Amino acid sequence: MATSTVSNSSMHEEDVLIQELGYDDHFHDHHHGDKFKSNFITTYIFSMDHKMIAKQFLITGMFWAVVGSLMSLVFRLQLGFPEESLLWLKPLLGKWIVVNNGVGSLAPEFYYALVTMHGTILVFFVLTAGLSGTFSNLLIPLQIGARDMASPFLNMLSYWFFFTAGVVMFLSLFLSTGPFSGGWTAYPPLSILPQASTGSGAGMTLWALSLVLFVVSVLLGGVNYITTVLNMRTKGMSLWRMPLTIWAFFITAIIGLLSFPVLVSAFLLVIFDRTFGTSFFLSEIYIGGQALEHVGGSPILFQHLFWFLGHPEVYIIILPAMGLVSEVLSVHSRKPIFGYKAMVFSIIAIAFLSFIVWAHHMFMSGVNPFISNFFVVFTLIIAVPSAVKVFNWISTLYKGNVRFNAASLFAIGFVSMFISGGLTGIFLGNSAIDIQLHDTYFVVAHFHIVMGVAAFFGMFAGIYHWFPKMYSRFMNETMGRIHFWGTMVGAYAIFWPMHYTGMAGVPRRYYAFDTFETFRHFTELNQFITIAAIITFLFQVVFIINFFYSIWKGKKMTTKNPWGASTLEWTTPIHPGHGNWEGNIPAVQRWPYDYGKNGREFIPQIEPLAEGEKDGGH
Amino acid sequence: MNAGTAPMEYGSKNKIHPKKFALWVACAGITMMFASLTSSYLVRRAAGNWLEFPLPVVFWYSTVVIVASSVALHFAYTSFKNGREQAYRWLLSAAFVLGFAFLALQYQGWVALKEMGVAINTNPSGSFVYVISGIHAAHILGGIGALLVALLHAWSLPYKVTQQRKLRFEMTLTYWHFVDFLWVYLFFFFISQS
Repeated sequence: MATSTVSNSSMHEEDVLIQELGYDDHFHDHHHGDKFKSNFITTYIFSMDHKMIAKQFLITGMFWAVVGSLMSLVFRLQLGFPEESLLWLKPLLGKWIVVNNGVGSLAPEFYYALVTMHGTILVFFVLTAGLSGTFSNLLIPLQIGARDMASPFLNMLSYWFFFTAGVVMFLSLFLSTGPFSGGWTAYPPLSILPQASTGSGAGMTLWALSLVLFVVSVLLGGVNYITTVLNMRTKGMSLWRMPLTIWAFFITAIIGLLSFPVLVSAFLLVIFDRTFGTSFFLSEIYIGGQALEHVGGSPILFQHLFWFLGHPEVYIIILPAMGLVSEVLSVHSRKPIFGYKAMVFSIIAIAFLSFIVWAHHMFMSGVNPFISNFFVVFTLIIAVPSAVKVFNWISTLYKGNVRFNAASLFAIGFVSMFISGGLTGIFLGNSAIDIQLHDTYFVVAHFHIVMGVAAFFGMFAGIYHWFPKMYSRFMNETMGRIHFWGTMVGAYAIFWPMHYTGMAGVPRRYYAFDTFETFRHFTELNQFITIAAIITFLFQVVFIINFFYSIWKGKKMTTKNPWGASTLEWTTPIHPGHGNWEGNIPAVQRWPYDYGKNGREFIPQIEPLAEGEKDGGH
Repeated sequence: MNAGTAPMEYGSKNKIHPKKFALWVACAGITMMFASLTSSYLVRRAAGNWLEFPLPVVFWYSTVVIVASSVALHFAYTSFKNGREQAYRWLLSAAFVLGFAFLALQYQGWVALKEMGVAINTNPSGSFVYVISGIHAAHILGGIGALLVALLHAWSLPYKVTQQRKLRFEMTLTYWHFVDFLWVYLFFFFISQS
């Protein structure tokens, strides 16, 4: 590392600063051994240390990411190559491969189950728990100067609720009727009437149970994150001196706290409709010529409740990624983040707007067009804070002394993805254009790029950047760059063509297109997308190998602050123990983005302002 | 005490204990859930096909009982702080008994609804009353659990005002007041709608 000499010389000085200016919270007067590090179980399994819980969230999230993307490969194979035999998948999928004249193809009901599971797993387990769970846990205490979360016990519970939710969802994959198959949005009546589809019976029961457990996990985590940020900051760490990562996690937790309970209400009403015969969401329905007893319910009401969570949820996914990217870009371009306060205010603005745009997911479901206008306007206004952020990221890079490593490349890639996906959002936010584009591959392309791939890029940037803090070793840089370029090109190769098919009206969620003469000329494009998806997945294998190899065999960290970053987490020992700092807790003296100031490459947050020096960020 | 739970010692920045603050945050989450349920009620009602019925009178009694329970717990707390040992124990017991009575009365309310011919699956207007008051009762149950712990402490531990016990009591009190006010809100919501 180019900067290691710089950090080396200042290292000694930093310990002195913590000793002299920090404060003694008498943490080390007590004996913590029994509770925190006494044996294998309390260290690695029922851990209450936020750093270990972060790793648990990360690795569980990675497991689900692999499961979720393998599912997408299976249904992509069916979509891209409907004529080819999938017989070779029969040992794994059993009866879900239907054999006809020696040609095996995916059972249509299982195709829907896979699509549903792919969405549920990626949105909730990977990009909510795996992303915000990992980095909120890792960075909140470390970057605000706290020994741990406000309640380490609730923090541990949060992980185990997530884990249990995962176990329940995993079990549902092996039901003889298959997992839930009504889409990740679980619209009634598919989610309520057990006879509606194969997955609507036991599959839906387990799906709902899993998601309720998951929401408990999110809420326990969120309560903890909010409390920790507001109550546990170290001396001198005013709100305006918090790194943007912390701002992002903090606002994300608030959004989650206000929106997830609404989802629980919706699920509870679904459960009542399923088991107690109520008709909250079921209108008059005939199945097989038989009139059901349900009368007068409104399926649209479910959509309102669902999207009141569902839209904030996409910001729950993207805001933490934005926070990570802001930090990584600033550190690796050796420049202060451009427009710190504007960044904070745009996070807050996005969070606020996220609550008043939900019906843009329902333009085509019969909502009043005059009400649609309201949602169109506020949806388009989200472009303003988003554009402010994009402008600031680019300005941060501009004339920076950018180090192009895996972390910063993924951060830059994030900006690219966010622009590409964000622009198509402006199309979709218009209710008139939605008449053509709704439920087509255009939508699939839009949200995969803007919140799927972009959030993954933010997560990768974070993993490459903070891996040394997690495991005291570095990930392999060459493999990291191969991973980046493969993913960058691959992701665009998968999702760019979908814009065209979507504009031509190809509907999403369809099992096959052979009955539509008009979509026949997309056959090759569909094959291309499938091949691109397989190749892109192989590049993720490079990442996984790199990750696990580096945990044990990666290059060792020899200095505390390898990136020359000014935030607090890099003042902890190379192997931080429970409580994070040996001796005193550091006190904060300045904002977190003093890079390239007064002829110095960076000034750590714990260094007092020089005489007459003004604190940054104002 | 472990790391996270001890409030930091510097200055007067932390006017509120982190755990108490966390409880307030959790209450905000619960509020959102009931806000969404009552707004679903309004949206569904506006769509028509809505059975009108008067709320059984027993819900008036339960409302009085839960408010009384809150008042009793409040005076139990002030007695605890001011060294009135016996008053503290008996008022706390009274709050607990009244809390339990509330649940029993809510159950009576459901029975009365059913006898009126408004079963859980008759019409969404009735289903909402069952479901919302039922989910509220689940939250009361949590409060009763906390009260039970407080009761065991009051009768089994020697009387002593420590920071730890004060914090615990204050958190129980906050939550109990919260779920009580929540019911008062729901009650007036139902009254105003029927």
